[in-house]
Amino acid sequence: MTRQRPRDVAPDPEIFKFETAISSRMSTNPELEINQAILDRVARRRRRQHVEQAIVIWLLRAAALISILTTVGIIVILVAQSAGFFKEVSVWDFLTGTQWTPLLKPQQFGVLSLVGGTLLVAAIAGIVSLTLGLGAAIFLSEYAPEKLRRVLKPILEVLAGIPTVVYGYFALTFITPILQGVFGSDRVIVFNALSAGLVMGLMIMPMVSTLSEDAMVAVPRSLRDAAYALGATRFEVATKVVIPAALSGIVASFILAVSRAVGETMIVKIAAGATPNLTLNPLESIQAMTAYIVQVSLGETPQGSLEYKTIFAVGLLLFAMTLVMNIVGRWVISRFRQQYN
Amino acid sequence: MSSSKITRQERQRSRLIRLWRDRIFVTGFVAAIVIGILGLAALLFDVLIDGLPFLNWNFLSSYASRKPLESGILAPLAGTIWVVGLTALLTIPIGVGTAIYLEEFARKNKFNRLIELNIANLAGVPSVIYGLLGLAVFVQFLFNGSRNVTAGALTMTLLVLPIVVIASQEAIKAVPSSYRDAAFAMGANRWQVVKTVVLPLGLPGMMSGIILALSRAIGESAPILIISSLVWVTFVPASPDSKFTVLPLQIFTWISQPQHDFRGIAAAAIIVLLIVLLSMNGIAIWIRSKYQIRPEQ
Repeated sequence: MTRQRPRDVAPDPEIFKFETAISSRMSTNPELEINQAILDRVARRRRRQHVEQAIVIWLLRAAALISILTTVGIIVILVAQSAGFFKEVSVWDFLTGTQWTPLLKPQQFGVLSLVGGTLLVAAIAGIVSLTLGLGAAIFLSEYAPEKLRRVLKPILEVLAGIPTVVYGYFALTFITPILQGVFGSDRVIVFNALSAGLVMGLMIMPMVSTLSEDAMVAVPRSLRDAAYALGATRFEVATKVVIPAALSGIVASFILAVSRAVGETMIVKIAAGATPNLTLNPLESIQAMTAYIVQVSLGETPQGSLEYKTIFAVGLLLFAMTLVMNIVGRWVISRFRQQYN
Repeated sequence: MSSSKITRQERQRSRLIRLWRDRIFVTGFVAAIVIGILGLAALLFDVLIDGLPFLNWNFLSSYASRKPLESGILAPLAGTIWVVGLTALLTIPIGVGTAIYLEEFARKNKFNRLIELNIANLAGVPSVIYGLLGLAVFVQFLFNGSRNVTAGALTMTLLVLPIVVIASQEAIKAVPSSYRDAAFAMGANRWQVVKTVVLPLGLPGMMSGIILALSRAIGESAPILIISSLVWVTFVPASPDSKFTVLPLQIFTWISQPQHDFRGIAAAAIIVLLIVLLSMNGIAIWIRSKYQIRPEQ
């Protein structure tokens, strides 16, 4: 970010003048006249290169604009489509109602039961990923020898590259039967929040461990050395020096990972169920916001109907939730960088 | 500190407790990693045991069928290749171009700062939201309700663009500025420097970022689920405006079927998907480690 950018050596118009001046002076010297053709060619090539660069800059600028257009497009689409929805359902009823039955009569649009489902799964995933990810990060950054670290890190990162539909399959066919074995199949419904949350925690664990470890590695060696010199054990160095110093990085990694969990679709769609349900019991079936969006877009809901517009209203809320979490997460990271640089 | 009050025995005991606490907790930290790796192993075993019996040539070369044992993944495989091909075609020039613009040409003003911030935010937008964007802009507006391969690829392009941009920016930043200075000193203009120095040197880093982005596009299902919606395709897409399905989508369809054998072929399709993705990830990591730029001190 702070790399010094060398000034462009060729502020092109000046160079042209300069070259023309040289070539005209040279042409007055009969001995050098032979070079005139070459100099002309050089000047022409320079001009061509200048034009080429100008065209390229415009193309590159257009490419960069696409990302802006994407954001504008997302916001415009979500707001425009939900505007139609909020004409018929008040924002207050939407945000505070606890019954969500848009596809049944009587229709009710209390989004809290979807938000509750999403947050329940994300909370389970957050607990799992924070425990596993932070433990892994402490081991990798404070205990593991370099060789072991180089083997373990890529293995953990494989977890982040596995498609979410595969995690959904794993939750449904492997974790859920285990949960039913542990808690009894009469208490655990096939589609439940716990199974989805546990598997999602596994999925976002590398995110927590990688980002936290980066934060811990950035803690200056001298702080650790000072603690060791006082006779601290490695555990004491880790918990009393490194973690407090890297705390904002750890918090940020956790926020970003939970935001990932909130926006995740396939695991909750496959394993957590399709019953909007405001509950704290993780063994029950729920419906997450993302799963609802997919359910409606797969169904026969006619375009432009109120039911159809609900997915954009839910999408807008989801977008706002993840955006806030991402902004807070990155703000925390940038605060943390200022400490040591 | 009144150390005189603490007896030698007490001091030794407290030291012992602290050492044991260290040992107990390190076991806990190791356990965290082991659980993570065991989770990965369990996932792979689960899929392999369920899927391997169904994996054969016939499975790769036939279409989906109502009978699980006759089903295959030809249509989703072709659809995936279509989507990824088109996505690569669009996302590479746009993503690399954006990165070059931001790193080499853009002045550090508020607008360009906004673009960078915006890209970081886009990377965190849930994939379903991209699905909704694609549904409204590409399917309904651009293609008049046709749920075709191009709409899917355009949506995927927007989804993976931030990954390509951020990876390419990192690759460009890793090119030592002394190389640029050398080219500038020889009278090259900035675009010539980019063309002859920055791009060739940054290429491996960009390539690994692009491969990772495309593997994300292959594994992503939620946006395609919204865009394609049609989930029982029994033909190979013949043109960019053809209907389509992709591997993750077919897997999802099969998981949702009640008959037990469909689980098996879902697992078989997952094996194919994982082989493709893991080899792509492997290639990306290999490129990164082989061609890593090590600036001379």
